[in-house]
This record gives sequence, C-alpha cells and structure tokens, in this order.
Amino acid sequence: MTDTTLSKADDGKKGIISIGTLQKAVAFVVLIALLAFFSVFAPNFAQWSNMVNIMQATAVNGVLGVAVTFVIISGGIDLSVGTMMTLTAVMSGIILTNLGMPLPFGIIGAMLFGGLMGSVSGASIAKLKIPPFIATLGMMQIARGLALVFSGAKPIYFNDTPSYYYISSESSISRIIPSLEVPNGVLIMFAVAIVSSIVLNRTILGRYVFSLGSNEEAARLSGVNVDFWKIVTYGVSGMICGVAGLLISSRLNSAQPALGLGYELDAIAAAVIGGTSLSGGRGTVLGTIIGAFIMSVLTNGLRVMGVQEEWKIVITGVIIIAAVYVDILLRKKM
Amino acid sequence: MKKTLIASLFALGATTMLTAPAYAQDVYFPIIAKGFSHQFWQAVKAGAESAAERNGVKITFEGPNTEAEIDKQTDILNAAIAKKPQGLGFAALDSQAQVPALKKAADAGIPIVAFDSGVESDLPLTTCTTDNLAAAAAAADGLAKAIGEAGEVAAIIHDQTSATGIGRRDGFLNQLQAAYPNVTVVDVQYANDALKAAETAKAMLQAHPNLKGIFASNEGSAIGLAVAMKETGTQIVGVGFDSGKSQKDAIMDGTLLGSITQNPVGIGECVVDSLAKALKGETLPTVIDTGFYWYDKSNMDDPKVAAVLYD
Repeated sequence: MTDTTLSKADDGKKGIISIGTLQKAVAFVVLIALLAFFSVFAPNFAQWSNMVNIMQATAVNGVLGVAVTFVIISGGIDLSVGTMMTLTAVMSGIILTNLGMPLPFGIIGAMLFGGLMGSVSGASIAKLKIPPFIATLGMMQIARGLALVFSGAKPIYFNDTPSYYYISSESSISRIIPSLEVPNGVLIMFAVAIVSSIVLNRTILGRYVFSLGSNEEAARLSGVNVDFWKIVTYGVSGMICGVAGLLISSRLNSAQPALGLGYELDAIAAAVIGGTSLSGGRGTVLGTIIGAFIMSVLTNGLRVMGVQEEWKIVITGVIIIAAVYVDILLRKKM
Repeated sequence: MKKTLIASLFALGATTMLTAPAYAQDVYFPIIAKGFSHQFWQAVKAGAESAAERNGVKITFEGPNTEAEIDKQTDILNAAIAKKPQGLGFAALDSQAQVPALKKAADAGIPIVAFDSGVESDLPLTTCTTDNLAAAAAAADGLAKAIGEAGEVAAIIHDQTSATGIGRRDGFLNQLQAAYPNVTVVDVQYANDALKAAETAKAMLQAHPNLKGIFASNEGSAIGLAVAMKETGTQIVGVGFDSGKSQKDAIMDGTLLGSITQNPVGIGECVVDSLAKALKGETLPTVIDTGFYWYDKSNMDDPKVAAVLYD
C-alpha cells in the first residue's frame, strides 16, 4: 500500500513532495493561525520583542527536533536526545572550565562526544539488533547518569570563558543589520536546519536515511551497508544534540546536569507536528522547524494570556494528535 | 588470562558481600532524600556526612531521580527498612502516601526522623525542616519593600503539587495580601527547570508591561529568572530562593535583588544528630526549625549567612 507511493518516491520523489509540501503547508497555516489568534486575544503578544522571545525559545527544541528527524526518517526513534544534550553540555564544561582549554575545543568536543555517543546507540541497534526504542531508552539513562557522574552532580559554570555566552545570547547579525536583533542561538538553529536539509536531500547519507526508513530490506538487497549507515545516522543525531547542548548551556551560562529529561518528547512532538512519519521514510527539516515554532508560539501565547501551565500541556497534546490525524487524512487522499 | 581476571573479580565481589554483615555491628542510618542531583540535596548530604563522622555512625544517602517519582522513593524506603538499620532519615515526596511503609519501620522499632517536608503522622520522632510559609513570606517582604510597597508582581513556582511548592507559593501570596494592600499579584506560573523558567519570566514581562517584580521559588527557577532579566535588560526587581553559584553571581552583579536561603547543611546535621540522640534515649521536640535567612549583596559575606550558602 504505502510501498507504491514510496517506490514512486524513490524514482522521482513526486509522491513524497506532494504530500510533504501539502503537510508543511498545513503546519505553516496552523502556525499563522496561532500567531493571528494570539495577536488578537493575548494583549502585548504581537510585538517584535516577543517574536524574539519566541524564536529564542524555539532554538533548543528546534535543534533537538532536527536531530530526532534524521533518526525518525531512517525508521528509528531516539529517546536520548534530551539527556544527550545535557551530557554534551557537561562535556563542554569539563573541556572549557575544568581543563581550561580555549572555546573552539569546547564546541568541537561537545559535538564530537555527542556524535560518539550517538554512534554507540546506532551500533547497539545495528550490530546487537536491539530495537531503537530500547537502545535509546538505555542511552537516555546512560547519558543522564554520566552527566551527573562527570559533573559530580554539580552545575559547571562558564565564567572563565566569557565568550561562551555569545554562542546563544548576543545578536551578531544586528551589528550588520541593526534592526534585525535575532539572537545567535536562533541563527545557529537556522544554520543547523539548512545544513541538515541539504544533507538529507542532496547527499548520499540523506538518500540512505530515506531508503532505510522506507524499506530497509530493499536497501540491504540493493547492496547498501545498512549497519554502517544506521550508525552514521545516530552519530549525526548525537552530533546535532551537541549543538543543542552548547545552545542551552550558553544561555544558562552553566551546564546543568539534572536538566534534560522530557526534552526528547518535545523534540519528537516537533518532528511529528511538522509531518515526519513515525513509521519512517518521510519527513522534512523545514516541517520540524515549523513544528517547533508551533509549540513555542503555543507555549508563549498561552503564558502571555495567563493560561495555567496545566492547560498548556493539555493543549499541546491535542495539537500533536490533530497533526497526526491531518497526516492520515492527507495520505488517504493521495 | 581474561577468565582469571573475571573470576577474581567475582571472588572479590563475593568476599565483600560476605564481609558486609560485619558492619551490622556498627550503627547505620539510611538517609532517604527527595533527590540527589540538586545542589540543595548535595548540601544536605554534606551536613549529614559531617554529623555522621562526629557521631561515629555510618550513613547512606539516597534519593529518586526526580521529585515526582514517589513510587521509586517508596521502593528505596522499603529496601532501607529491609536492612534493619538502627535509625532512618526520610524526606517524604508525598506527606501521606508513604505512611504505610513508614509504619513498617516503626513496627520494627526503627526510630524515624523526617526532614525537609513533614509526614502527616506521628511516626517520626521529629521533623528537621524549614518553615516554607515563613521563608516565602520573608521573600514577599523583601520584594514588596524594594518596589515601594505598591505595584504589580508575579511568581514563578517550581511545582504545583509538592509541599515546598505549595508552601512557598502560599507563603508569598498570603504575606502580600496580609501586609501589602497596594501590591497586586497579576500572574502565578509553574516552571520546573531553568530554561523553562526563563521563557516563563519573559512571557510574564511581555504580558504585563507594568510589572514591578518577580519571585522565583527555587534555585532552578531563580537561575531562569536571572537569565530572562539579563536577556531583556528589564529593570524589575527579582527575588529568588535557595542559593547556588549562578544565583549568588546574579545577586552580586545586581540582576537579582536577593534571595532566601534555607540551611541545608543544618538540615542534614539535624537528621543524623536527632537519630543519634534518639538511640541514646533522649526525647526530641516534634519539629526542629532549621531556620532560613534573607540574603542580598549587603549580607552575603556575613559568616552566619555565608556558612549556609552553597555553590
């Protein structure tokens, strides 16, 4: 049934593009509708300063969403992205604060370490044949535990590296275009999204990620080294978690080792709202970013309206289910 | 080679297990906290350890991963009781749900000392705790005075179900209502980590342009409040709770006005000291208030205050 769409997709990508585009369009319309709704009903919502707030609140979840999008398209799932983010933040703290190395080492170290841990997840899935849900559930705990062990269960501060704060919080672009005060963290999120989008659509890695997710057996039979590309996929996801780790620790000017549980669910929700199919083979980075924006507009708007946190959680849940329902409807129509 | 190594490891493990009962001669108190990763609990642990050394007793300090895992904490409690210790320190995540498990300990004749939050029962010999209502009222005083006792304020509370969350929220709100008629609370929201608290504070500033001050009810939410105030450059008054390096730095550089510190080290000491006293047959008061202080730039270096602040 879906196989026909997918094989068509492999030929010309026609099927995928039309569903994907339609769904992104739906997500985008939802986003605009939410912005319009809050502009009318939440006083003081529609101001540039608040748009900056929303963008900044999207950065961490958006980047984690991109990380998990890679894995979900490949037919897997990654429950470890939240605590992995924390672990990479701790790693960058150890390199910069405890070892006193210069900033680039912290940035590269966090990303490489994330990549390494991600590859471990990938290897246990590909080589030990552990289901992704279980392997990454295990990794979620391992990363959480290691973050506490490495940091001695204490936050690590970046006061010795003053430039660390600029990763996420200042706006470099406003020095060039003064009116465009978009914080660096947001620019980094967009950069991650653009690079990931190119990787997914224009490189061999991207092609294999999609073919793993649509039909792993077919990929294997056509000579793809399935195990290797799975490990790479989870490695890339882990590396992107490293970027999220840098963003969050830069904003808090500290690596908080107890933080991170629950962030994986927000990331998965962003991907799903943006049209990434949990059964694999289908999804876009742009969709995930729109999904992450929908979530943060919702959170911010409801807070500005003064709606209780409890209801905010309920409404987010309803939106996730509605998004997947739209997905099902669209696929039936095709 | 490898096999012998593994075998000897096993042998080592076995001997440790066999020698373990020898400790049963010593006095052993398991201390069960609400968590262990928060700096606050690390400070309680430090206090408990120093008191253990002073009293010549052995302790273990355990807690669940998060402060929502009541079931896990009950498991830890049951495992501790099974070891037949000479005393038990316990910070209940739920003041009622864990009474049956505690009853088992009491029936086995194990003295119990509650700490941090109370247990709604007369099983514990005493409770070593901060009066959260009074402590949050002091935060309300600090905030109200700084804004000239008039204007709009808001609160970010770390959670809506625990005794500390409820106590600090109500202590703050009640004091404002009772003592400062011209101060209005326009918003109370909940955020359980620093990043979420930062976004919450920014949304509050956005929604209420006339806001004069925000109270954040624990270390994580205070860090978030400070981040939000730095990012927006707002001139409102921020008041926090507990300490930690981020929060202390924010007070030193003037981002936050001040904060309330409990005495976590004192809480830890109180638990072990009380258990040791109970073993000697001394009677204990029902509640031991371990105290709190308002601190700001002016008194952070006061030895009395500095001693209870942690990094």
